[in-house]
Amino acid sequence: MPDNTNTNSFQKQKNKDEMKKQLISFALMIGFTIIAFAIVAAEVMDKMFAVPLLLVLAVVQVAFQFYYFMHMKDRGHEFPAMMIYGGVWAAVLTIAALVAIVWW
Amino acid sequence: MSIAAAQKKGFGAFIWDYLTTVDHKKIAHLYLVGGGFFFLLGGLEAMFIRIQLIKPENDFLSAGLYNEMITMHGTTMIFLAAMPLLIGLMNAIMPLQIGARDVAFPFLNSLGFWLFMFGGILLNCSWFLGGAPDAGWTSYTPLSTQSPGHGVDFYVLGLQISGAGTLMGGINFLVTIVTMRAPGMTYMRMPLFTWTTFVTSVLILFAFPALTVGLFLLMFDRMFGSAFFDVALGGNAVIWQHLFWIFGHPEVYILILPAFGVFSDILSTFSKKRLFGYTAMVFATILIAFLGFMVWAHHMFTVGLGPVANAIFAIATMAIAVPTGIKIFNWLATMWGGSITINSAMLWSLAFIPSFTIGGMTGVMLASAVADYQYHDTYFVVAHFHYVIVGGVVFGILAALHYWWPKLFGKILNEAMGKWAFWLFFIGFHLTFFIQHFLGLMGMPRRYWVFLEDQGLDTGNLVSTIGALLMGLGGLIFVINIIYTAFKGENASGDPWDGRTLEWAIPSPPPFYNFKQTPLVRGLDPLWIEKTEGKGEMTGAEPIGDIHMPDGSILPFIMSIGFFIAGFGFIYQTDQKAWLLAVFAGMGIALLCMLIRSLKDYHGYHITKEELEREAD
Repeated sequence: MPDNTNTNSFQKQKNKDEMKKQLISFALMIGFTIIAFAIVAAEVMDKMFAVPLLLVLAVVQVAFQFYYFMHMKDRGHEFPAMMIYGGVWAAVLTIAALVAIVWW
Repeated sequence: MSIAAAQKKGFGAFIWDYLTTVDHKKIAHLYLVGGGFFFLLGGLEAMFIRIQLIKPENDFLSAGLYNEMITMHGTTMIFLAAMPLLIGLMNAIMPLQIGARDVAFPFLNSLGFWLFMFGGILLNCSWFLGGAPDAGWTSYTPLSTQSPGHGVDFYVLGLQISGAGTLMGGINFLVTIVTMRAPGMTYMRMPLFTWTTFVTSVLILFAFPALTVGLFLLMFDRMFGSAFFDVALGGNAVIWQHLFWIFGHPEVYILILPAFGVFSDILSTFSKKRLFGYTAMVFATILIAFLGFMVWAHHMFTVGLGPVANAIFAIATMAIAVPTGIKIFNWLATMWGGSITINSAMLWSLAFIPSFTIGGMTGVMLASAVADYQYHDTYFVVAHFHYVIVGGVVFGILAALHYWWPKLFGKILNEAMGKWAFWLFFIGFHLTFFIQHFLGLMGMPRRYWVFLEDQGLDTGNLVSTIGALLMGLGGLIFVINIIYTAFKGENASGDPWDGRTLEWAIPSPPPFYNFKQTPLVRGLDPLWIEKTEGKGEMTGAEPIGDIHMPDGSILPFIMSIGFFIAGFGFIYQTDQKAWLLAVFAGMGIALLCMLIRSLKDYHGYHITKEELEREAD
């Protein structure tokens, strides 16, 4: 986290960029949420198409959350990122195997 | 144990100190006492089981009570004895090994302990309230959904509460290791016990949610009329088995990996050698953890998953033997050419290697899906998992207690009694369980409360029971040793074993702030490096300065009481809706504690530089 009390111009510019990115991703996330609700409410597409689309929107939102709001894009987060991806990988494998042997 | 100190302070103050403590070393003491108590309880249940099976058609226990006994023996030993004892050791030692002053979330640490303790007490209250759970420690549906009385309800709520505590512990250790390592303590310089704590915590983080989900489904089926496992209403009984084993298989690695870490540290210390193949050991640990998630269905070969699923899981299971084998050979190579000291800690470690290898070998036999149709639900399986859990985990805990007792309590456990306990327990252990392989191959099923005469099972069962009594005797001597040491044991220096890792760089028992100065780590086995290439003690990475310490708090204790009361409410509201009051009251207490915790600021306090300098080294 950059120190907010630091007022040199470089830091100022950086904070400004950071704020811009945060706002853009925040706006995008709200947009995605509205789209998701709209798809379901308006019944414009059938289930087979709507459900995967909602999942994709959800994954993008989670990525925004992690990378922009929780600062995973900044340096020094390589290890947590590796652990998160490792965990996601193990969880996906487990769930895929479970679903495959129970219901397939 | 600080009994003398307690009497100086007054007993009330001593109790209050432990109820409110957030110090990782004191919480470790609590875990060891709690886990030790449940270990004795589970041991007592084991004795009852073996006495029942001492002769054919014995009537020492009734059939129903026998079911309760085996269920509670398994549940207690896994959830309330082995895991808390290991978490206690991790709590005490891991922060010292990485040069930290406490764990990352001291409050959460205390909450984790009290949730475990009250969950365990809740589970054991069932003995006095109409019968313990009786559906086996695996609690398979539909047996568990149809089990009459409240036994299984106690199982569900008790494990739910104590499981939440364990999950908190795991997250806490993860954050501690990621964020609080001393300067220079890179990942590949961490002692193996810290590494296994880390990997175990990852396993806890991923495995426990599966148990939580399973228990919730079971709770709703039993209490609120849902039908997740009711085939007649479109449910699926096998889902429970999947959920349970998705948790349950990683659980056995949660138990054994810390023990592997203990042995790695002990063998290297007492061989006066650096651990052989350190990097391979680390990656073998990670590989075991990863593979451990992909093998749960080997508990379900006979369920009827089909040949493809069975074959995949059989091969994945056999693959685990590879990293485990790497570890076994690395331990042997660590001792090779070393200057070996044999004491109690070392005896348990040496005994572990062949005992665990036997268990691992029968594990590979069981992994073969076709052969498993013969072994399934026989005493062969019982023998197998006791060889790995007793021969691995219990030996590991006892070795660790002998090794770290000086660091934990400032006294050295009596060696003579330690050796007596070891030999009795070791011989008793093999007498009890080796013969059970053959009982199983002869077709003796597990979980049956009697066996018939003249089927070739009489002698084997008698031998097994005699072995169990020897194990009990060994355990008793260990308890006597603890009491003797508390009063008459010799005081330990900071480094009684000529140790290699950071925990031996500070006095025994450590001061409550652990390190006066955060140490500077220059490589693997940091203290050993300083002893051989430096000035013999750790160099500080910072000047002596004020140390910030967290405030103690009674809130975790009260919060856990709240969940405990709510647990009773959930169990009994099926009989009488008035019990919902207990649910609301208990949850209210817990939520109120959370509110207080959130709103009130805890600033902690500082130990000033002057105070630190006054204290003698």
